[in-house]
Amino acid sequence: MKNITIKIKRQDKPGSSSYWQIFEVPHKPFANIISCLMEIQKSPTTQSGKEVSPVTWDSNCLEEVCGSCTMLINGRVRQACTALVDNLESPITLEPMSKFPVVRDLQVSRDRMFENLKKVKAWVDIDGSHDIGEGPIMRDQDRAKRYVMSECMTCGCCLEACPQFTIDNTFLGASTFNQVRLFNLHPTGEMKKEDRLNAVMGEGGITDCGNAQVCVEVCPKNIPLTESIADISRQTTWQALKNLFTK
Amino acid sequence: MINRKKKIIVIGGGLAGLALAMKFCERNGEVTVVSYQSLKRSHSVCAQGGINAAIDAKNEGDTPEKHFYDTIKGGDFLAHQPLVRDMCYQAPVIIHLMDRMGVAFNRTGEGHLDFRRFGGTLYNRTAFAGATTGQQLVYALDEQVRRHVHDGSAKTLEWHEYLGAVLDSEGICRGAVIHDLRTDKIYTLDADAVVLATGGPGQVYARSTNSVVNTGAAATTAYLQGAKYANGEFIQIHPTAIPGQDKLRLMSESARGEGGRIWVPRDANDSRDPKQIPENERFYFLEEKYPLFKNLVPRDVASREIYDIVYNKNLGVSGDPMVYLDLTHKSRKFLDNRLGGIMDIYTKFTGVDPRETPMKIFPAVHYSMGGLWTDYGPDNNGLIDHGSPRNQMTSIKGLFAAGEADYQYHGANRLGANSLLSCIYTGLMMARGIINYTDSLEKSVDDISSKVFDDTQSHWQNKFKEIKRMSGSENPHKLHHELGDIMLANVLIVRDNKSLEKAYHQINDIEARFKDVKCLDTEDWANPSPSFINQLYCMIHLSKIITKGALMRDEFRGSHYKPDFDMHQPKDFDPHEYIDYLEQKQYGEVDGTKFPTGHLDYMKQFEANNKKWLKTTVAQYKDNEPDITYEEVNTSLVTPRPRKYD
Repeated sequence: MKNITIKIKRQDKPGSSSYWQIFEVPHKPFANIISCLMEIQKSPTTQSGKEVSPVTWDSNCLEEVCGSCTMLINGRVRQACTALVDNLESPITLEPMSKFPVVRDLQVSRDRMFENLKKVKAWVDIDGSHDIGEGPIMRDQDRAKRYVMSECMTCGCCLEACPQFTIDNTFLGASTFNQVRLFNLHPTGEMKKEDRLNAVMGEGGITDCGNAQVCVEVCPKNIPLTESIADISRQTTWQALKNLFTK
Repeated sequence: MINRKKKIIVIGGGLAGLALAMKFCERNGEVTVVSYQSLKRSHSVCAQGGINAAIDAKNEGDTPEKHFYDTIKGGDFLAHQPLVRDMCYQAPVIIHLMDRMGVAFNRTGEGHLDFRRFGGTLYNRTAFAGATTGQQLVYALDEQVRRHVHDGSAKTLEWHEYLGAVLDSEGICRGAVIHDLRTDKIYTLDADAVVLATGGPGQVYARSTNSVVNTGAAATTAYLQGAKYANGEFIQIHPTAIPGQDKLRLMSESARGEGGRIWVPRDANDSRDPKQIPENERFYFLEEKYPLFKNLVPRDVASREIYDIVYNKNLGVSGDPMVYLDLTHKSRKFLDNRLGGIMDIYTKFTGVDPRETPMKIFPAVHYSMGGLWTDYGPDNNGLIDHGSPRNQMTSIKGLFAAGEADYQYHGANRLGANSLLSCIYTGLMMARGIINYTDSLEKSVDDISSKVFDDTQSHWQNKFKEIKRMSGSENPHKLHHELGDIMLANVLIVRDNKSLEKAYHQINDIEARFKDVKCLDTEDWANPSPSFINQLYCMIHLSKIITKGALMRDEFRGSHYKPDFDMHQPKDFDPHEYIDYLEQKQYGEVDGTKFPTGHLDYMKQFEANNKKWLKTTVAQYKDNEPDITYEEVNTSLVTPRPRKYD
């Protein structure tokens, strides 16, 4: 039986130095990176025969809707579940994302992304969850536009690829701008539009975007991120003018 | 009465947990949501097709009462009826609420909510957001909870695991044992109530449509601590999934709801490209056998038929255990708009575009109708008293369960698009009852000695120290897969007592070998190994509950199919005959000549079987085994009768 060679960048804890280990796993039809990592768990021995602790990684749904298993596969940021081994060049290299602090091995902390959702108030301010009738009437075209944006799984691919987003700056990044647009497009969400726009106007905000356009190329959900950025850019320009005259 | 804000711990960040957290914050309570990983990544995101509510947007005459009947019938009459009825009556309110939160539900030309058909009903009752409805609903609730976190009323403990309940000397739950998955610290949190919204147990089968976290460990821990576990043997096998190495990926029922057709070549040796096979040489076996519901028979029925086609009739595509699910007659635009998410999943994992080529699918373990036994407080109108402290409480006082982790809403088989509903419904419905429960306590958690918490904490700390010291020869992940293989081979679509008995012995062997497990990693930072070993221990016990329940239940009901006990409903049987029969019986003599040949015997047999088996299975942990007893089912609203879908 054919074997797959996988080279994995490991790190024991935050701040400790990283090191590489090579593993061989048996090739199986339709194998993906996750099933290979599962094989390593079942037999955590390196290519040179050294018994090691199993590689750790984050994953959950394994069908690209939860956003958990993002990593660098052969240098490219993507979800490990949809990375089918047969479509990858061998040997396969796996690394943790570089723009987020490493927790252990392939696991990183994406807390910053979730904190940013709070900064831009990425929610609809409903009066309460009691029975107060139907939601707003909406054209299906508008709904469809929002739907594409709302498929963002907070996976971090766009931020890993973005040259403007670094591990220690404050840039909010494409995924956050996309959320601003998503909620500003909702008839009720729109009522808090100004708060959201003001939140993306300062340091690390929309004007820091260098327009490299790589975010949209790596998004696993094909979210029109550059459109979102352009739109939020326009919206903030108007908001800035408005602020000038009203504040 | 407590003179401070009520505080609860919610374990799990899926739909049920988030819905409860939101509602409890609105009622001025304090919530800590404990999640195994970041919120937004829970298994609820995997739900695809939609959520049911009888809003009757298509003027078909649909009503919550019909939704209730379909659900009860779909579950083969094993669910408590007032609960299901209340859920169905609340469903329209829930959909409108989710819509107000900004869920991108597909809409009609006039801008109202659009609905599509799902299995087990003849009405367009399923609201949907493309084919990622679960994801969209989770995000909406997650956003509301994040808003409460931002405002300070909710707290989240992500990357934390629930290990067990803190029980006081009277056996009342006073808090939870929490394991920090980063720092490895084990500690207790006190609370007025603890809620397990921890989802289903698909990982017991190792390969299923479930996510990695769905081990059922939290619910099993409750069982090991004395809580009742109900209807464990009722495991739903979804008829359509994509086979895979690490997971069997769901192919939503909405594919059939939007017109997808299931077929195999009539000739087993037909190796032509499926698109070259003419219509009359295709066997649309569900449409032929069930002309009324066609491809939208309930899941238990569809899975059995696919199994029969593949294993008994040997008609699987190219001799493999697979059948076609065909959407190629629909336009690309239509499919992208209404089913885009699942079209992409199939393409990404198989390299084949389902818009051009029929999909190859096979049934897979999907959902547990069973779960922790929970209570409910009926009102006098055949509905639920939402203020009752009994609602969703397990048999451990102060410990509640919601969502897939409980057992109450789907009987012996769940209808598609009812799971998202039952999750959100339970989460919202139970909030008031929990507040009333805490008010009813004689002694609040503030009066409980700290020794109770200290002792529980050291118990779990010692347990994990022992796990880390395990240095045998068994790899826990390999053992997990062996357990899964036993379950897949013996406790699946078709069950017989000989195999079940064998499986039970094999599980006992696995349990014996568990003692010889090796803890692969002994680090004290972000180390998943000890947790997994503890979860494996739970999965072994849960597989015993499922298998023993299946072994003991000598009948055919819903997803639990034992051919040896199939009463073989006569082909021309009409379920109304059974109602006539019961009436005749009640008001005098039954006139046997009024029924077609064989029907009376069938009905007598059906009646006798219900008398014996129309009961909730209750498993309790005793001498390291599940001790099984049975409880009455509340059938006060509609008379149980034979199911029929053709």
